[in-house]
Amino acid sequence: MINKKNKKLTLAGRRALFGLAFISPWLLGFIFFYVRSLIMAIQFSLSEVSVDPVSGGYVLDWVGIKNFTYEFTAHATFKQIFASSMREMLINVPLVTFFSLFMAILLNKKFRGRTLVRAILFLPVILNSEAISEAISLAQQSMLGGLNATSAAIAETLNSSTANAAMYTDIFENFGLPRAVTEYIISMANGVNQIISLSGVQIVIFIAALQSIPSSLYEVAKIEGATAYETFWKVTLPMVTPHIITNVVYTVVDAFVSSDIAELAYTTAFKEQTYGLSNAMSLTMTFVVCSVLFLICYILNKFTFYYN
Amino acid sequence: MAGIKEKYLQLKTKVETVVNEPQFDNEKSRAVTIAKKLIFGIFKIVILVGICYVVLSPVIGMVSHSFFSDADVYNPMVYIIPQNPTMDKMSMSYKTLDYLPHVSTALVFDLSLLLIQLIICSMVGYGFARFKFPGKNFLFACVVIMIVLPLNSIMLPLYMTFRNFPIPFPVISATGVKFTKNLLTTPWPMYIMTIFGCGLRSGLFIYIFNQFFRGLPKEIEEAAFVDGASMWYTYSRIMLVNSMPAVITVAVFSMVWQYNDMFYTKLFILSDKISMGKNIGGLTSTIANAEQITNPAILQLYLDAGIVLVILPVIILYVILQSRFIEGVERSGIVG
Repeated sequence: MINKKNKKLTLAGRRALFGLAFISPWLLGFIFFYVRSLIMAIQFSLSEVSVDPVSGGYVLDWVGIKNFTYEFTAHATFKQIFASSMREMLINVPLVTFFSLFMAILLNKKFRGRTLVRAILFLPVILNSEAISEAISLAQQSMLGGLNATSAAIAETLNSSTANAAMYTDIFENFGLPRAVTEYIISMANGVNQIISLSGVQIVIFIAALQSIPSSLYEVAKIEGATAYETFWKVTLPMVTPHIITNVVYTVVDAFVSSDIAELAYTTAFKEQTYGLSNAMSLTMTFVVCSVLFLICYILNKFTFYYN
Repeated sequence: MAGIKEKYLQLKTKVETVVNEPQFDNEKSRAVTIAKKLIFGIFKIVILVGICYVVLSPVIGMVSHSFFSDADVYNPMVYIIPQNPTMDKMSMSYKTLDYLPHVSTALVFDLSLLLIQLIICSMVGYGFARFKFPGKNFLFACVVIMIVLPLNSIMLPLYMTFRNFPIPFPVISATGVKFTKNLLTTPWPMYIMTIFGCGLRSGLFIYIFNQFFRGLPKEIEEAAFVDGASMWYTYSRIMLVNSMPAVITVAVFSMVWQYNDMFYTKLFILSDKISMGKNIGGLTSTIANAEQITNPAILQLYLDAGIVLVILPVIILYVILQSRFIEGVERSGIVG
């Protein structure tokens, strides 16, 4: 019997079955936790959800797109937070990409202490702990309860930094630079900490990309008499363009997960108990992020050079 | 005076001959190259040191603050190095956090999840890397969707699913017979999701393993197949053993992210025994109540000490594995 069965299946067929067996745990999980959850999320966002506190069951009342119209027309803060999250994302993505490419090029060359510098730059990814920032904000909240010493201290530091910023804006304005440009540069300088802590993984991706460029290309460039500048634009940059897409996708998703809108959706659900609205919010944001990603990938793809 | 001027003129003519004579061209270009290298080197050192400082400064600040005594806080002369270093803050936070029992339970929880992640994700990654089956490209696109799709969009359905989790046997309670169970506040949701390959960033880990296995030569497997090894044996004894860089990468990522995670902790209301993050959130208010400390600047010191204690295991792990870990990230690449 067994022999007959084995004869019926070719080797390719058997391997296909084994392949499916290997991925089966994930496949089941994906269908149950992701596909089902997405369908449920769409259902929730189109209805009013009322939860029975004792049994934990829920009842859905179909309300159509009321939740979506509500968040854009009537909700107090959604629009502002949405706009500011999007703006922050659009500012951060190019900065993180350029910064990580720059750092990767610096770190790619061999020098003493390179491993140490790499380890330090990757540290934010390791310590990128919501727990710690949460603890700090929680602690600050509890401290601000009756005392205003910290708020005074915070105000003081804020004042000093804004005073500095204003001073620099004035100086550069006197040089004849347009104010918008100086303000953008100053906001970049203020956010340098954030940019660095956001680009840990991206730097590593770019370093790997740089190391995968065949050295023969550089040899040819050298023999043909290209300068370092030309080599960068004609060899290095085209070869890393595929990874720019990877990095942009990573940065955008990362920015969304930690954005204020995610926070807002969380409080709307678990503090105000309006589950339908919360789902509508996160679905709106997911949709916008996905279309932004699609657009960026479409545009970048036109400039991307595929070696193989 | 005249002597100096003469010497100057002599030097000038010497320099002029060096600059103009073609026979010194080699020396000239060498000098220019050395100068360029020097300038770039200094520029590079300045930038790297500056960036490293930006990254390290919060850590340095927290570590130094956790040894401050009360008097040091208001002493304007004290910066980073405390004048009267004490272990008071550390020992107080240590006691309040109930450190050893809590850290060990948290680490055991994270380690068990890490083991499941390693087995499941490498299996799935191997399945995608080496076998051909109908719909493979579509399914792999689903893995990529899993990486890209923000978890926030399915947060509530997951909450509801585990609030009424279907179980195969009936539970008899006061309200009647039910085939669902409330799994929130227990660690089970994390285990179930991880076993089914949907744990914390499992998509990324599957991707890493897939990339790594695809980079390994096929000949070893063919040799094993010819020698009569089964598929499972090939996977567990040959492929997995050969993919140490990927294993280390995934292990460190999984461990650290699980340890730091607050999203699932909040969503599934995990107990603070297994989540150090949740634990430290209440640290300052507990100390403030117990010790009657109301000064926020001093409470901040306790918080810093607590944070240092909490991130200590992660830092130790990272320092031990860092060189192999970063190598692994580069080789197996999150690179597409």
